[in-house]
Amino acid sequence: MSDARSSAQPTPAGSSYAGSSWGSAHAGPPSGSPPAGPSPAGPPRAAASAVGRRRSRARPYLLALPGVLWLLLFFLLPVGQLVATSLYDPAGSLEAGYAMTWAVGTYPEVLVEYRWHLARAFGYAALATLCCLLLGYPLAYAIARRAGRWRHLLLVCVVAPFFTSFLVRTLAWKTILSDQGPVVGALRAVHLLAADGRLLASGTAVVAGLTYNFLPFMVLPLYASLERLDGRLLDAAADLYAGPVQRFRTVVLPLSLPGVAAGTLLTFIPAAGDYVNAELLGTPRTHPVGNVIESAFLVSLDYPRAAALSVLLMTATLALVVGYLRRLGRDALVGR
Amino acid sequence: MTGPAGPGPAAGGATRGLALAGLTKRYGSHTVVDGLHLHVPEGAFFALLGPSGCGKTTTLRMVAGLVEPTAGTVHLDGRDLTPLRPYRRPVNTVFQSYALFPHLDVGENVAFGLRRRGVSGVARRVAEVLALVQLDGFQRRRPAQLSGGQQQRVALARALVNEPRLLLLDEPLGALDLQLRRRMQAELKRVQTEVGVTFLHVTHDQDEAMWLADTVAVMNNGRVEQVGPPAQVYQFPATAFVADFLGRCNLLAAEVVGRSGDDLLLDAHGSRFAVPAARARASRGRVWLGVRPEKVRLVAGAAGVPAGANGVRCVVAETGYGGVGTEYLLRTGWGQQLRAFRANADDAAPLPPGTPVTAVWRPAHAFLVERSPGADGPGHADGPGHAHRPRGGEGTGDHQGAGLAGPGGHAPAPASA
Repeated sequence: MSDARSSAQPTPAGSSYAGSSWGSAHAGPPSGSPPAGPSPAGPPRAAASAVGRRRSRARPYLLALPGVLWLLLFFLLPVGQLVATSLYDPAGSLEAGYAMTWAVGTYPEVLVEYRWHLARAFGYAALATLCCLLLGYPLAYAIARRAGRWRHLLLVCVVAPFFTSFLVRTLAWKTILSDQGPVVGALRAVHLLAADGRLLASGTAVVAGLTYNFLPFMVLPLYASLERLDGRLLDAAADLYAGPVQRFRTVVLPLSLPGVAAGTLLTFIPAAGDYVNAELLGTPRTHPVGNVIESAFLVSLDYPRAAALSVLLMTATLALVVGYLRRLGRDALVGR
Repeated sequence: MTGPAGPGPAAGGATRGLALAGLTKRYGSHTVVDGLHLHVPEGAFFALLGPSGCGKTTTLRMVAGLVEPTAGTVHLDGRDLTPLRPYRRPVNTVFQSYALFPHLDVGENVAFGLRRRGVSGVARRVAEVLALVQLDGFQRRRPAQLSGGQQQRVALARALVNEPRLLLLDEPLGALDLQLRRRMQAELKRVQTEVGVTFLHVTHDQDEAMWLADTVAVMNNGRVEQVGPPAQVYQFPATAFVADFLGRCNLLAAEVVGRSGDDLLLDAHGSRFAVPAARARASRGRVWLGVRPEKVRLVAGAAGVPAGANGVRCVVAETGYGGVGTEYLLRTGWGQQLRAFRANADDAAPLPPGTPVTAVWRPAHAFLVERSPGADGPGHADGPGHAHRPRGGEGTGDHQGAGLAGPGGHAPAPASA
């Protein structure tokens, strides 16, 4: 009987109880009601409610289950396979098969050989992220706080490039930056570019392409955090002797750090591994590590080295991201 | 309708304190603040009181510099503040929602203004002002970790630490529950006495305004209807709006029919009343005869009416026991409701509903205010019954239709915003 009751136990309060033990930093609605629902109390009922509470605590995990399974199957297993591949005997081949020899020597080998490619990958990604931030922050600010009724239209415009494929957009940039194109023509005319100077097939072109392609990933999270910013805080800051610049530095920027963190990560991480922009807008001499991995996997079929480079890229990115978030501080991630 | 008391000088004179002259704010065709003249003397605790939407917060924000006036000037100690940006004004604000910076701890919130001005001795001054609001030891806490009352104190400290010439308080206690509000009222009064800064306090809570302020200005529709000490404004309101908004008031639609010595003679619903001419804001034609519920005594039968008193025969419609006193809702012969309040100072049993009584008051306790033409029909826009009722649920029998004795009083009070 007690069991039947527990399964019929409505537990909205109980589940928010479980939730609050997770997101302690979030200012969730203070659900002060005890986990026991508003039904007649009694000794058997207390036991039932304890069971109900346990069940409702498990509920968030149940909700996470499909996603966790998906990630296990399609992320964790492949990554394991990738690491394993990187440790295969590099002397093997697809035809002859690979032997697992725990060949850790592949790592220092590729690290030395492709150190500049790795450096370029992070250099391009960092530059593109910086450009995105410099372009995206004022844009997001204007849309979130000044655009009024044009806000939604402008947001659609920011996302509009997504309606065409990544590849097509990058190819379009190839045309825009081409030697006969208007940009190069104009730059040559004002002597910012030598008469035979070009934009295409340079690091500049790659960074420009990355910036263009990843700008929405920067703008959207920034918009979200700036839109949420309480205007009364700006009134208070103005009342407390802060001019426009100081208001930005002491109130707007710190409170938009969650958006900055999200935007820079969403830009930097994919940009570090991107090879399409470098392939279409750069030259082999300006290739980042992404292109090396691509050709090692698809052209030279050197799986162990390709896998080792991939693992290196992943770990280095992860290390950089962790260091970066440490710098920003915990508040930036949680948001307050 | 009386003009505002003491219009401020338009040009920078030697006047100390805050002077508003012709201050106006229009949004399109909507006038929020309408040619406001006001003088707040230095060191005063001045309350700007009015229903929501009367323009009091807009006035405050114009003084702070957060809203640009359409016309008029703001002078502080003779200096024209009107063209100055908010961060250049020697004025600080305690905001309604406190607006504490969530990313800064209490100490940094309080230090904010000092740091922006680059003054020295920040740590010492922050510690001092936190002690003043009794928040020592809270410096490292974040605003989110504080209770409402504590946040309110931080907001007060954050403004006071800058030693402003004028402190603006925008409904500072509005977000607190009743108990806490009472405590913080006492706190505000203590702090104001201690630091001696001029306080301009905006509120819709008439109890709070009367209790705290030494001067009250009642605003309605963007204009000031009356300025004065709370007791004076309460006892002798300038308009029907003020009478009704500040406390409770019985208003009888009456007509001046004659004069006898120092008294004006009135006719209301066929009964005769007298009011001293000195207590009349209007002395001819259609008027409201006002008398406060606590001035109304209840006697049994017409025989108990003392000589010289005015009386109305009624029946007790509702009896509301309220601890300190009992409130009676009476029904007159012509169907109007009157309110009477009797302090529970003796053992007399409350009169049950249905008891025939005579409501009696001394003419000197009544007053007359102007009644605009046609304002005697229920639901008329000028009727005082449409006034905002600041106190919710505090009184007894404040149910639908039992609002007010005025002829417009059958309209339920609008929900306070």
